Amino acid sequence: MTALAPRPWEWLLPAGSYAGRSRMLLLRSATASRRTWPAILSGFAEPVFYLLAMGTGLGALVGTLPGPDGRPLTYAAFIAPGLLAASAMNGAVFDATFNVFFKLRDSRLYEALLATPLGPLDIALGEIGWALLRGGLYASGFLTVMAVAGLITSPWALLALPVALLVAFAFAAVGMAATSYMRSWQDFDLVTLAVLPMFLFGTTFYPLSVYPRALQIVVECLPLFHAVELMRGLTTGAVHLGMLGHLAYFVVMALLGVTFAARRLRVLLLR
Amino acid sequence: MLRADPAVDEKLSGCPDSVPVMGEGLVRARGLRKSFGAFEAVRGIDVEVAPGEVFGFLGPNGAGKSSTMRMIACVSPRSAGELVVLGGDPDREGPRIRARLGVVPQLDNLDAELSVRENLEMYGRYFGLSRRHVRTKATELLDFAQLTERAGDKVDALSGGMKRRLTIARALVNEPELLLLDEPTTGLDPQARHLLWERLYRLKGEGVTQIITTHYMDEAEQLCDRLVVMDGGVIVAEGSPAELIERWSTREVLELRFPSDLPPPVWELEPHAERVELLPDRALLYVADGDRAQTAIHAAGVRPLSALVRRSSLEDVFLRLTGRTLVD
Amino acid sequence: MAPETAYAPGWVHGVGLVLENHLRWYRRNWRATAISSVLQPLLFLLAFGLGFGSLVGSRAAAVTGGAEYLVWLAPALLAMSAVQTGAFEMSYPVLAGFKWRRTYEATTATPIGGGQVALGQLAFVAVKSVLTGAVSLLVIALFGGVRSVGVLGSLVAAVLTGAAVAALVMAFSASRQDEGAAFNALFRFVVLPMTLFSGTFFPIANLPAWVQPLAWVSPLWHGTELARWAAGVGPAGAGAVLGHVAYLLVLLGVGIALSVRLFVRRLGR
Repeated sequence: MTALAPRPWEWLLPAGSYAGRSRMLLLRSATASRRTWPAILSGFAEPVFYLLAMGTGLGALVGTLPGPDGRPLTYAAFIAPGLLAASAMNGAVFDATFNVFFKLRDSRLYEALLATPLGPLDIALGEIGWALLRGGLYASGFLTVMAVAGLITSPWALLALPVALLVAFAFAAVGMAATSYMRSWQDFDLVTLAVLPMFLFGTTFYPLSVYPRALQIVVECLPLFHAVELMRGLTTGAVHLGMLGHLAYFVVMALLGVTFAARRLRVLLLR
Repeated sequence: MLRADPAVDEKLSGCPDSVPVMGEGLVRARGLRKSFGAFEAVRGIDVEVAPGEVFGFLGPNGAGKSSTMRMIACVSPRSAGELVVLGGDPDREGPRIRARLGVVPQLDNLDAELSVRENLEMYGRYFGLSRRHVRTKATELLDFAQLTERAGDKVDALSGGMKRRLTIARALVNEPELLLLDEPTTGLDPQARHLLWERLYRLKGEGVTQIITTHYMDEAEQLCDRLVVMDGGVIVAEGSPAELIERWSTREVLELRFPSDLPPPVWELEPHAERVELLPDRALLYVADGDRAQTAIHAAGVRPLSALVRRSSLEDVFLRLTGRTLVD
Repeated sequence: MAPETAYAPGWVHGVGLVLENHLRWYRRNWRATAISSVLQPLLFLLAFGLGFGSLVGSRAAAVTGGAEYLVWLAPALLAMSAVQTGAFEMSYPVLAGFKWRRTYEATTATPIGGGQVALGQLAFVAVKSVLTGAVSLLVIALFGGVRSVGVLGSLVAAVLTGAAVAALVMAFSASRQDEGAAFNALFRFVVLPMTLFSGTFFPIANLPAWVQPLAWVSPLWHGTELARWAAGVGPAGAGAVLGHVAYLLVLLGVGIALSVRLFVRRLGR
């Protein structure tokens, strides 16, 4: 048996909350999904359906829209980065809410894990890590579709993949923390209530300028808005320093989310 | 004590030190308490578990057994008192202590998304064991749990008894020094139960220390070297099953049933027994010789619907100590 | 209390009793689904009808036959919402009735049979979509999405479309023995594309020619055309209307026949 030696940074964390073995949870998820990989892979199809339908169908109504730097964009090129951001959000939130709730309450997987050396932080990081892997897979797939469809006009788009991972990380962490407050499956309507409006109103389908100023401010507070701004800037090459602000938004969201999720798991599991 | 029984008080004061003094306890608790808000589940208990023994917590639902077990399993910080498990503090060194524990929870929490074999292998990986080691270990444990033929099946396809055996096998993957079993046979049919007991004897033979909670008297009598009876968060008695019966009950019990509309004639029964307990459906007479008591009662003209003589059990000890029956 | 003797109710009465049971449950639990069934179409209406509508402005008139985009979208959203509700209500809840909560088993331990359970469930989903549709319609009217009383006809079209899809999905669910793994694929590869490619947000003529036949198969496209026609914003003529109605009725009939058959096979009688 590998001994669990004391680690120099342990004093930073609540006692007994981390064994440094979160990668074992990734291994578990990979093993478990060996039978369900077609279902997991097919999640990639959803944004593609949206791109195909809205890009062509609505595109014919809209014509072109001004891009982030003012140059005109086809409607498909306008919504594609929005869909990329939204799919990073959707995949991560789904994994971190429905799946986590199931393992927390119904299958009591986490209870079983706490009978091993793993701690709550191992669980939080391991589960968020899996949501990331999945999100990364979808993002790479969608970026490839965008490239093939000629919707990428700048090499900066390569950075869209790591940014998608950061966005997914932040949403997964916050989603997991929120899940810890859910009492029953019926509470998950609230997840829909948070995610669907962001998807619809977070400038995925049309620019911020359609809103009156008061609503613009509300939309600018939504996390998805910042993700869409980042993606649209990167895939069109309209990169500027202000994007660091959007990045900072997600770094803060991710840090707060993980801290909170691990603390809540501690409260729920180590009663 | 929930019951004012002078005889019980006298016997309790007759044995002032109810905790035997032992050297290297694998688990040592002094004044251990656990509260959830205003509710106090465990109200100051002293326990010492020696290496190699099978130690039992016996008591009804809500007695504080599972809360105690969770504290020993390092997944529930204690509210007050002292607790040392395998030489460490469970609140500070949880992961390191859990690496040497095996836990069988009250409700099976097997990983339904994995196969039977994968459940064992993956669990071993959480303990930091190498891939190759867990593969060999899983084969060995599948044999122990008599599940070799079902290795590739999904967990959902197993029967209740098989799931229980798999959960126990899983708890052994790290060759634990201490095995915690919370209500190991609740909900199993008699056959599955006996098969499980047989596996636990085998582990005891191999020197694995076990702590078991149960609300089944026969289970405690079968498995435990030593046990404590818990009620309302405190320990009300301690000893081996035989000692407890010896100390708190008579050798035999005469059970009498009377028609439901006719209360049993207690005044007629009392002269023939050390003690009489009235339950909703029957009267229990605590006596040294059941057959003789039955003859005497018949001679006195008492005519119950049925009469049964049996040996005293821990059930009777519990009834004596708390004034309540244990199960359901 | 007067003594009563238990008896086996007639076939239709039995369906009514199953429906009554569902409604009794719904009266206590309607809040849980209120968000998804009323708010969802409303959010789509706001995002596309108002937000996207303001983006396209007068250019929309070319495809909407002169109507405002919002008014053109509203009847289609009713149909889309009924289809989504119908499909969802017949997936996990039906499997729960068979496997997890076993309410069907409990019901068929009485004189009620499998076929009545199926029809009662379908009747419940239809009633529910009438209720949520009516509430959605009211809200849509408040946002200025209604120009004619004809939208009441759109509601009828929406409920018919929802029921046809619900009946088919119910048959699918009744045929599943697993833990519902297939529903993911159903929603992802059937329901989602159906909502996107059935002319809800734009006329299917805007799609590439090779995609359009898919829309003709889709019950939602027929339902959308009907709902728009009833609201006075659709181009369909009398013949086309009859065709849409006939197509939806056939699907509903096939769905019911299959469901009853599968329910009886699984539950008896």
